[in-house]
Amino acid sequence: MKVTSRSFTITGALAMSAIVLAGCTAPAGEPGEGSEEPQFEGSLTVWVDADRAGVLEDAAAAFEDERGVSVELVTKDFGAIRDEFITQAPTGNGPDIIVGAHDGLGKLVQNGVVSPLELGDKASEFQDVAVAAMSYEGQTYGLPYSVENIALVRNVDIAPEAPETFDDLIAAGQAAVAEGAAEYPFLVGLDPAAADPYHLYPLQASFGAPVFEITADGTYDPTTLALGNEGGEAFAVKLREWGQAGILNTNISGDIAREEFVAGKSGYFLTGPWNLPAIKEAGINYAIDPIPSAGGETATPFVGVQGFYISSESENQLAANEFLVNYVGTDEVQTALYEVGGRAPALLSAFEAAQSDADVAAFGAVGAEGVPMPNVPAMDVVWSDWGSTEVAIINGQGDPVELWRAMVESIQSKITG
Amino acid sequence: MSNTTPGAQQPLLAPPAARPSGPRTAARSHAQTVRGLLIKIALLGIVDAIALFAMFILVMREEWLVFAIAAVVTVIINVIYLRPGWLPAKYLAPGVFFLAVFQIFVVGYSGYIAFTNYGDGHNSTKEDAIESIIANSLTRVPDSPTYRLTVVEQFGTYGFLVTDPDGDTLLGTPEQPLEEVDAEEDSTGKAVSVAGWTSLGFGDLLANQSIVVDLSVPLSDDPNDGALRTPDGSSAYVYTSDLVYDETADTFTDTTGGEVYVDGGDGSFVNEAGRELQPGWKIDVGFENFQRAFTNEDIRGPLLSVTLWTFAFAILSVASTFVLGLFLAIVFNAPHMRGKKIYRVIMVLPYAFPGFLSALVFLGLFNEQFGFFNQVLLGGASIPWLTDPWLAKFSILFVNLWLGFPYMFLICTGALQSIPEELSEAATVDGAKPFAVFRLIKFPLLLVSVAPLLISSFAFNFNNFNLIYMLTGGGPRDIEAGVDAGATDILITLVYKVAFGEGTGRDYGLASAFAILIFLIVATVSIISFRQTKALEELN
Repeated sequence: MKVTSRSFTITGALAMSAIVLAGCTAPAGEPGEGSEEPQFEGSLTVWVDADRAGVLEDAAAAFEDERGVSVELVTKDFGAIRDEFITQAPTGNGPDIIVGAHDGLGKLVQNGVVSPLELGDKASEFQDVAVAAMSYEGQTYGLPYSVENIALVRNVDIAPEAPETFDDLIAAGQAAVAEGAAEYPFLVGLDPAAADPYHLYPLQASFGAPVFEITADGTYDPTTLALGNEGGEAFAVKLREWGQAGILNTNISGDIAREEFVAGKSGYFLTGPWNLPAIKEAGINYAIDPIPSAGGETATPFVGVQGFYISSESENQLAANEFLVNYVGTDEVQTALYEVGGRAPALLSAFEAAQSDADVAAFGAVGAEGVPMPNVPAMDVVWSDWGSTEVAIINGQGDPVELWRAMVESIQSKITG
Repeated sequence: MSNTTPGAQQPLLAPPAARPSGPRTAARSHAQTVRGLLIKIALLGIVDAIALFAMFILVMREEWLVFAIAAVVTVIINVIYLRPGWLPAKYLAPGVFFLAVFQIFVVGYSGYIAFTNYGDGHNSTKEDAIESIIANSLTRVPDSPTYRLTVVEQFGTYGFLVTDPDGDTLLGTPEQPLEEVDAEEDSTGKAVSVAGWTSLGFGDLLANQSIVVDLSVPLSDDPNDGALRTPDGSSAYVYTSDLVYDETADTFTDTTGGEVYVDGGDGSFVNEAGRELQPGWKIDVGFENFQRAFTNEDIRGPLLSVTLWTFAFAILSVASTFVLGLFLAIVFNAPHMRGKKIYRVIMVLPYAFPGFLSALVFLGLFNEQFGFFNQVLLGGASIPWLTDPWLAKFSILFVNLWLGFPYMFLICTGALQSIPEELSEAATVDGAKPFAVFRLIKFPLLLVSVAPLLISSFAFNFNNFNLIYMLTGGGPRDIEAGVDAGATDILITLVYKVAFGEGTGRDYGLASAFAILIFLIVATVSIISFRQTKALEELN
């Protein structure tokens, strides 16, 4: 008993010391191998998700061979990386590089944890929308690797023709329901509590109501809301109309929408490339179309961009920059990342090569019209108010225009503090 | 699983009993002592080695406070285990050590956070913030050319040897603006070395990278022309900065508009118009977070209604699960019932499933259009179980009843069976009716053993995060309220929303302040209830 208790202490002390040590690990690097140059003693740590890690292993090996700097890939959950990084970076124990989606960039900059990345002449080799998404207040922070957006997926057997406008879509969809060919005129995944402003945004944009005003340099001005203009109110009225007509239904979650479309119960499904594998598997005869306009202007979806950022606390800025720009920003790596993720590459040459896949080309064509999702920190406020107001409007609570105005007022007051 | 059912976080620890050693022969005892001593010394040696290594690293990092604590703890552990006697300390030391690390430190640190403005935009130290502001304000001059670069060094001074787009070679240092020099060029026309200076290879660059990326070589004597900087050591670009930091005055000046940003005392640089530079830094704010919780209209209103609902939820959950559990326990305690064992097993099932899983299943069952309740049980009705504020509250209580009654059933069954039959027999002989026997004899006896569990069940439900988060996420949200607080949010889910910012950005300071308030409430309620329970015991 005595010994047990003691070994327990010791295990504990060991565990504790291990924690302390892990926290204090000084970068342990490759010792110099008799070369005359003073060898760099250190390694790059990259936080990356499991899918990306496999691809980066090759790039890391090449970097180590050619540049003599080892790269340590730490696998983490994609969605958890941003917040954990914000907490860890100031302690000095964070990584040198992280992977992340561009809509979190504003928050990273607000917390001072990422450093600007000069793409130099390489910037022109990426899709414009990808570089714009990786920029915040006129400064570029990340190396983009993929671009994604939603489009209208159509079941050709039910809806043989691409609709010109959203009203055409409704008419065709309702006709299919009346004939018994379909059960739903139109499908889009919504949430009973938060609707889905991301998926509904193209329709809203077709009324000429983006979230923020876009400034002269093409970035969002997070202090001036454009949501509340006349177009926004017109969209609110339409939301109510669609909700009452059963075109939009907040009980149909993303999962239900996918299941019902895959079961051939609707001709139209507003979704992104992530649902294509299920649709293909079910053998649906599908086509990918531009999103039809509801309000007259082009229905531009939000474009989401994924990329890599360098920590502002990194001691290895130069090595990290070299690794990202010259080893990750290459054709092979960008293509490999596209192959594991199914999202179109951000590098133009890789993007063009990926056009041989008709689905990528079709989504890419829709995305070319799109605008990057705003990456300002204020978006957190916007999403939550925006979604719950859309729910109320779709479900027929209160006057749509008044609800919309109240939402704009609430968001504005929170942004200005 | 144990965290998801009411009252399940009961401490079930029993103090380790020190067994008196039996009679042994002297020789055997002696051999054991020697072996034990050797093992002890070996294991302590490992611990000390690791502790020393940790302390060494702490000294290198100049973490003096942590070093001192580590040193003291190491000495104490050695003394405890090397000194004969002090048996209780030998048993308690590991537990106390873990208690200190994983409980006391964590609680203390959360408490400290409540007095800071830690959160989004106030994430690190002032030095880090200044560094970030400077780095972010440097922008490349639009359409400016790329200079091909060789970094050179002379007596510890670093300089840039660049080839401009016209093919001219220029040399400059941070103090000396660019000037034309004659340099050796490689086959592509890039200047690679110059007399008197050592060119840096990639290995040298990496070894000195923090210096290299901070080098800023002015183009000319006029600072407005900008300066060359390099992100990669092989090419340089012209940057200008629109914010200049004045170290002595501790201010930032905007070079375009001439506005001055000063340390406003709230952990950020602000100008006269109130515009803040991002990022700010973490500062101590005293009781400001608590003040905000009670005085800010946007927070106080939701906080009050959420607190009321938290109490209602916790009390109703305990009451409903207890009543149902007790009722079933009495029914299944009837001596003549057949198949009791099977029924009992079935009834414990909801307790056996992970609570969050059950919550997710119910989330599907409650779906307004596709859910089992509306579709099958109610023949296609569309009742908004989770999206109507009052129905959502009802649904939460219903699911918690489902999750919680087996626990109450178990403890009531146990307590009922421990009440001696003679008592009720004696009462019956005295002419008491069955209900009177239950009300006057069994129930009070039952309460003596069950009441403490009810209190802990209350404390558990008061912080029943899983259920609320999984089933409704606190919703439905009152879209007219300023804060993202829904009809079914309890205090702990509100804290989560404030801390992890699903709506307004993360605010750890305010969330920690809320957490302290929750602790005060639960502690007060528990103390009062335990006093009452004691009174109950004395009555009996």
